[in-house]
Amino acid sequence: MSILVNTGTKVMVQGLTGREGTFHAGQCLAYGTHIVAGVTPGKGGTDVDGIPVFNSVSEAKEKTGATVSVLFVPARFAAQAIHEAIDAALDLIVCITEGIPALDMLRIKQKLKKQSKTLMIGPNCPGIITPGECKIGIMPGVIHKPGKVGLISRSGTLTYEAVDQLTRVGLGQSTCIGMGGDPIVGSSFVDLLKLFKEDPETEVVVMIGEIGGSAEEEAADYIQKEFSKPVIGFIAGMTAPAGKRMGHAGAIIAGGKGTAQDKVNALQKAGVHISKSPADIGKTALEVLESTGRGR
Amino acid sequence: MKIHEYQAKEILSQFDIPIPQGKLALTPQEAKAQAQALGGALWVVKAQIHAGGRGKGGGVALAKSLEEVFSHAKRMVGMNLKTHQTGPEGQKVEKVYIEQGQKIKKEFYVGLVLDRSTEKIAVIASRQGGVEIEKVAEELPDQIYTEYAPDLIGFKESALKSLSHKMGFEGQQAFEFQVLVQNLFRAFVDKDASIVEINPLILTEAGHFLALDAKMNFDDNALYRHPEIESLRDLSEENRYEIEASKHKLNYIHLEGNIGCMVNGAGLAMATMDIIKLHGGEPANFLDVGGGAKQDQVREALKIILQDPKVKAVLINIFGGIVRCDVIARGVLEAVKQIKMNVPLVVRLQGTNAEEGKKILEVSDLKILTATTMTDAAQKSVEAIWR
Repeated sequence: MSILVNTGTKVMVQGLTGREGTFHAGQCLAYGTHIVAGVTPGKGGTDVDGIPVFNSVSEAKEKTGATVSVLFVPARFAAQAIHEAIDAALDLIVCITEGIPALDMLRIKQKLKKQSKTLMIGPNCPGIITPGECKIGIMPGVIHKPGKVGLISRSGTLTYEAVDQLTRVGLGQSTCIGMGGDPIVGSSFVDLLKLFKEDPETEVVVMIGEIGGSAEEEAADYIQKEFSKPVIGFIAGMTAPAGKRMGHAGAIIAGGKGTAQDKVNALQKAGVHISKSPADIGKTALEVLESTGRGR
Repeated sequence: MKIHEYQAKEILSQFDIPIPQGKLALTPQEAKAQAQALGGALWVVKAQIHAGGRGKGGGVALAKSLEEVFSHAKRMVGMNLKTHQTGPEGQKVEKVYIEQGQKIKKEFYVGLVLDRSTEKIAVIASRQGGVEIEKVAEELPDQIYTEYAPDLIGFKESALKSLSHKMGFEGQQAFEFQVLVQNLFRAFVDKDASIVEINPLILTEAGHFLALDAKMNFDDNALYRHPEIESLRDLSEENRYEIEASKHKLNYIHLEGNIGCMVNGAGLAMATMDIIKLHGGEPANFLDVGGGAKQDQVREALKIILQDPKVKAVLINIFGGIVRCDVIARGVLEAVKQIKMNVPLVVRLQGTNAEEGKKILEVSDLKILTATTMTDAAQKSVEAIWR
């Protein structure tokens, strides 16, 4: 079992005809993902390596039955493409694109909140993978292995690092999700924890946060009140100086708020097992599983 | 992106925010002439740097004569101004802004930010103006009033009324304040700002509002649609390594330590800094070569790291996903051919083509310490410094 995506998931790629879109769609196909359509306005009727391209999301959905879209659309056109995907009432939008203006995301988020059909992940994220079943995004598939650890992260490569550690200690993953590194993202830790709560195969969750914002504190609050599965946490940016944006638009300590220590304190208070070192995420997860009698 | 006070005021005045008359000067002579042109008998000389807290550091001064304008400007231009926002290294003052002095009846704070937890634009206001708002928030949290805009059209009238009431304004003043907040909102949305702040907003003896100071930061992701804002970028305010890095689309932030870092991905880059510190070292920088780093970017990144004289060891930590480790390895070799490498280099390659990358480095005659895990890499870098 898993959350959001599995072997039955049919995926369209918005921006399939671009360099990034073509390359990563190929990688996802090779992993076994059912990439059934591409969408590029004006290029309908063509194909990319046999994948049919449509002019609109709704046409692609109607003709192929795809319910999930992954976006590789350039930043300045991405917001419009996301609006189109929401209007077409897809189940899930995975936005890989980096560099979307914050106010564009604010408008998108207001639209998402007014409906309950479409869920969005990203932008500026690696995507989502259910190991052995479905990979939608840019993560290296080979480091993953099916299992019972759910993983949610605000980062990209640090997520791969964590997955690699889990796999090396023998822990497979149910579903791994990169939420994205922007100030406003489609789904938060809380949104995704709610899904992992309902997934019987996910026995433990690893969450990887970073400085900036209050998503980790909100997650801590939710975990304390409603989440009973063990959670392992790591927060990046213990050494980050205030006022400097650490690469991600969302990773900034502003006005003394959003420090790593604040987040660690909030999570620990909620019973989350914190891995102090980024090298100990896998080890900590294994220790927690063994101490609760769950084993590998 | 940050801009100067005088630039922020110019933008805000386009949105009908009342600002004092002011003129920019690059030299004390010019400052005096500008003050004369402004007229009056009282002036304020303000150092223009991209940081707050200038007053405490001696970057804001009142002048009662043109001679005083000259002497304040002379002291400020070229000075290294240190405030709580510049860090210990300070920031060199290149220009001063001269304004007519104002008769202040009362000072307030008003600011707009993108609030991440509610995902709305928030207005924050306080009767405690002219002081650090972070301190007010900490010490007198009930003196801070916040309202949220439901959409990108503006604040609700009821929210603005409630806010001006809490601020203690009545009649015409309440009306003027509400208009001012709506205008700030328009400026925020039209220009894709991330912060708009007036501290202090003053009430003059004549009973009108005036933005005595102004700060605007902008969303870097939206600059493509605001060339007029991008043209305000002042490179002299930025770290020279950071400017160099941005030319090559590298994300670099200069820090105070001595272990240079090159990492792919922002989260992993932060985690690498953290693990260096955990093992007793200090990172010299944050550097994210990006998800799709190319050979020449890796070469330039290593050059930038090595330009910093504080750097005593370099740690390269790459988790290959889209980035292939063999590409990284070739970039490293190319950089080392072009520049003399006289500090130890620790390399940890993991993920796509890691073995190939390691081989490329091993068969070269470079003295490279290879590491397998992040812990191993951090330990080796810290040990290399002590050797």
